[in-house]
Amino acid sequence: MNTFKVHTMAEMTAEGKAPDVLFWVGCAGSFDDRAKSITKAIARILHHTEVSFAVLGAEESCTGDPAKRAGNEFLFQMQAAANITVLNGYGIKKIVTGCPHCFNIMKNEYSELGGKYEVMHHSQFIATLIADGKLTLADDHPFKGKRITFHDPCYLGRGNGEYEAPRSVIEALDAELVEMRRCKSKGLCCGAGGAQMFKEAEKGNKEINDERTEDVLETKASVVATGCPFCNTMMTDGVKSAEKSNTVDVQDIAEMIAKAANILPE
Amino acid sequence: MISQLIFVLMLSLGISLFVRRIAFIRRNINMGRKIDLSDRKAERWKTMALVAIGQSKMVARPVAGILHIFVYAGFVIINLEMLEIVMDGILGTHRLFSFVGPIYDSLIGAFEFLALGVLVACAVFLIRRNVIGLARFKSKEMGGWPSLDANIILVAEILLMFAFLSMNATDAIAIERGLEHYVDAGSFPVSQFLTPLYVGLSDVRLVFAERGFWWFHIAGVLSFLVYVPYSKHFHILLAFPNTYYSNLDESSKMDNMASVKKEVDLMMDPTADPYATPAPLPEGEVEDTPCFGVKDGSDLTWKQIMEAYSCTECGRCTSVCPASNTGKELSPRKIMMDCRDRMDEMGENRDTNSGEFKEDGKKLLGDYISEEELWACTSCQACVDACPINISPMGIILDMRRSLIMEDSKSPEPITTMFNNIENNGAPWAFPAASRGDWIKEA
Repeated sequence: MNTFKVHTMAEMTAEGKAPDVLFWVGCAGSFDDRAKSITKAIARILHHTEVSFAVLGAEESCTGDPAKRAGNEFLFQMQAAANITVLNGYGIKKIVTGCPHCFNIMKNEYSELGGKYEVMHHSQFIATLIADGKLTLADDHPFKGKRITFHDPCYLGRGNGEYEAPRSVIEALDAELVEMRRCKSKGLCCGAGGAQMFKEAEKGNKEINDERTEDVLETKASVVATGCPFCNTMMTDGVKSAEKSNTVDVQDIAEMIAKAANILPE
Repeated sequence: MISQLIFVLMLSLGISLFVRRIAFIRRNINMGRKIDLSDRKAERWKTMALVAIGQSKMVARPVAGILHIFVYAGFVIINLEMLEIVMDGILGTHRLFSFVGPIYDSLIGAFEFLALGVLVACAVFLIRRNVIGLARFKSKEMGGWPSLDANIILVAEILLMFAFLSMNATDAIAIERGLEHYVDAGSFPVSQFLTPLYVGLSDVRLVFAERGFWWFHIAGVLSFLVYVPYSKHFHILLAFPNTYYSNLDESSKMDNMASVKKEVDLMMDPTADPYATPAPLPEGEVEDTPCFGVKDGSDLTWKQIMEAYSCTECGRCTSVCPASNTGKELSPRKIMMDCRDRMDEMGENRDTNSGEFKEDGKKLLGDYISEEELWACTSCQACVDACPINISPMGIILDMRRSLIMEDSKSPEPITTMFNNIENNGAPWAFPAASRGDWIKEA
């Protein structure tokens, strides 16, 4: 499989070029090993479909979402101000991100602070690529006919009303999409939001991701599709602790599409 | 004549007690932080029409939703007859509006069906609460008064509807017997089945029973009027303004605190002079000492206090909350109940101290709501989505976290570490910022 180079905004600008799209990677996508493979899948898809894109690289910084949801408005606004300065400095108009938390905060909360961009979640972007016929999937890809369920990320679904884009991507896989008992606006959180990802859960009688994993297992799906790096971690852990890792795969929709389009390196 | 006098006295007593309580709640709501929600009027009316008048979110749970619509429609429409009852009471007449003829008859008939609907729905609600014992009615915060309150309301509605139908049944018998004063009006499609209960009564006793039911009904309605604003049942009024002032933005959008923005702007502006005299405030405005987030009742916005008084403790929020569902201390419903109880307490304190709240050594945060509850929230907005009248318990939880962090610097240790990491490395984990692009090489 061919290799290619992901350009940073700094490199592009130095060459006097301006990409159409900024791919906002996010912290999980940059540092977490599992999430990095989602990031690479998104980058592959963008490259394969000849989207003119760049990343910020070392100039990207946390959007401030976990700080804000944990009550540290000050730290959030400092992060927002710094990021907006960078984004506006490059004249960014359109952002695609693989993280619903980055998506939500840049779409809804940055605008009042001077950062106005068209922000898309990668499921929305991939859905348009498919609709525009820019992505052709292999005839015998591994997800064909598979029973797949989608776990709605709270900040994509309930928060921003996007339930259809990720589902349309799964449907494009020619798979059997099954819904969990609690789905779409009634979907159960994976347990990571609101800065929970960075602390132990409060005392209770169960972990939230275990509760959610039960919903997944109920559907008898062999793949649970996610659209958020944090959901991905939580669901992977949940499936593992239910000892179902052999039968249930946790995959981001970008990874699934990249595999189905046969554009990942061997 | 005496009965008219008693009636007028009763009516004015009921109304004045009601108004007094409303004024108290209004003062409590006004204790909240000021926010401007006078924008987007058309959208607000639409939301209210859909969510409060149209009950659009109630039917997300079809059984409770449809039964609730029976009670709601019954309550609103049967109250049309209250107009006649009140006029009759004041003027000493009987069925004053019966002169309109067939329309009147069909209206009375329709009221009877509605009354039956209310009666059946309330009976089912009682069974759901007390016999089937749905989980959301059994949580910790529902012990004692909240459960009793709910049962009182349901029993009261059943008694009122029974009195209403019995009043019609006895009236119908009186009409048939051609008793004096009883005009031949109305139709009694439901109460005709109650007539066997009363048909054996002598004329005198029959009139006594009819008058008895009439007085019981109106006295009951007036007591209900006084009781409602002391009860969770106050949602029947506040649901309307509360949905009008709904959050119209994405449920995942958190407000950017203006007081913080001012500070950050100053820090980011290299030309800013930190020792400069602040610009004078526009005339008539008092400087607002910035206190970050919500520590006590009066730190809530007036809208959040309105939400607390609008909550009818149905528990749909708690039943969908991931934290509540996994045995954590947090219950979004309890957050709303705590806010209301604290506002009641602060309001009484204010009124006994000639309009000025006197420190009572208590705080909403700590004495009512614990840090453990606040840290259990995943900010998933399921509570916001589930609330039939668009209350946001999550908004209050996150505002209280702001107070914990920005006022008291109190956070669980891993959260402090996360803050430090963001500050130092630009990521919630301890990875150097320079390595952010490392995945590119791996790609």
